[in-house]
Amino acid sequence: MILVQLVITGLYYVLAGLLALVLVEQFVRERNWQREVLYLIVIVPLVLRLVHLK
Amino acid sequence: MISRVATVRKIAFAALTLVVAGAAGIEFSAHRRLREAVVLGPGVTSVKTLGDYFDGVKGTVNDINLYVIEGKEPGGTALVFGGTHPEEPAGRLAAWLLVEHATFDRGRLIVALSANRSATTVTRLGGAYPADYTIETLWGGQTFRMGDRWSNPVDQWPDPEVYIHHPSRQHLAYVDIRNLNRAWPGRPNGTLTERTCFAFMELIRHEQVDLAIDLHEAELQYPVISTIVTHQKGQELATLVSMTLTDLEGFTIGTEFSPLNLHGLSHREIGDHSGAVSLLFEAPEPFLDATRGKTTREQLLTGKDEFVVKAGRHGLLFETIDERGWPIAVRVGRHTSSVAQVLETWTEDHPDRAIVAFGIPRFREVTSKGVGFFLRDPATAGQGRLVFE
Repeated sequence: MILVQLVITGLYYVLAGLLALVLVEQFVRERNWQREVLYLIVIVPLVLRLVHLK
Repeated sequence: MISRVATVRKIAFAALTLVVAGAAGIEFSAHRRLREAVVLGPGVTSVKTLGDYFDGVKGTVNDINLYVIEGKEPGGTALVFGGTHPEEPAGRLAAWLLVEHATFDRGRLIVALSANRSATTVTRLGGAYPADYTIETLWGGQTFRMGDRWSNPVDQWPDPEVYIHHPSRQHLAYVDIRNLNRAWPGRPNGTLTERTCFAFMELIRHEQVDLAIDLHEAELQYPVISTIVTHQKGQELATLVSMTLTDLEGFTIGTEFSPLNLHGLSHREIGDHSGAVSLLFEAPEPFLDATRGKTTREQLLTGKDEFVVKAGRHGLLFETIDERGWPIAVRVGRHTSSVAQVLETWTEDHPDRAIVAFGIPRFREVTSKGVGFFLRDPATAGQGRLVFE
């Protein structure tokens, strides 16, 4: 049970990391400044979760 | 090809984001690491940890301190939980006063100040709660972590779509899988919150706890308020305590019986799964009301809120409130007096398992002198008598 939970938690961290990477890539490619801001706002909570702060 | 202007703009945005995320991260980290001083009172004979009773929580954020106040003579054992829901500060503060002041002639008391320590390291997501609050004292002030109702997602994540309680298999709200007071009696191979409850159950069984008392606060729009919720084993005890407090102490407190089919709560499961009588106290906390105004430290400590008062005028509350609010001293004093009265009434009925306490600050003392009067100065703590939560 604990192992299953650890695996699921680990997968969620991987998902959060992948999503953050995709958002960074989109931010770099984006031309519209409003969308750039949007990507960055979405990235912040993902990064804070990945570094175990929130 | 991205223009030079766009490149500069992106660098500026990214730098600004790093500053914002960094500032937020520093604040979250400071909240999680804030050390709260506990000066061991004259009655505290030892400090154990929850991991002493169950390896499944050892070394985790919930391997919390347990303060043991042993009497001179043997008797019964009471266990008090502060911080089951750390967004209800009166519960933790009342437990603090017990640790720093109570002494026992017979029996013993075990106190948890941060029953769900993980939940003391986070506040309500999106709730704009203050990260901490300070109680003014004679020697300055003592700052405490403001917490949440649920374990920190950093310690237990993700939540399921539906939380299926063990062992009843009752379906509960998904987020309550991180609620210590929906996870009783816990299980050894469950989530951190379930393992914490299981560790407490091991403590209760190992130490042969007679009374388990869980200290809470409730919003005024919640019907279970200003009351003692009791397992059926404690109905007579709770009713006597309620009548005595209402008659002698200057505040009104009712009695509610724990529903047989509502699972996961301490007043139900501890009584069902151990020999202990389980009780839960609720004091009024306007800070938790959905109709509150500004969510500030001042509101948290004074319990004053014009919008909650207005809700009361419209008949939406289950407890009265006026411009005097519900100050923290009133809420803490209700809890300390209720604990003291439970021990006294229990002792009258169970002389063979007596728990005779002294020095517990009662309602009138706490409300007249303030909570801070009873918090001891860490600078004056003797060697080995200072612990941090």
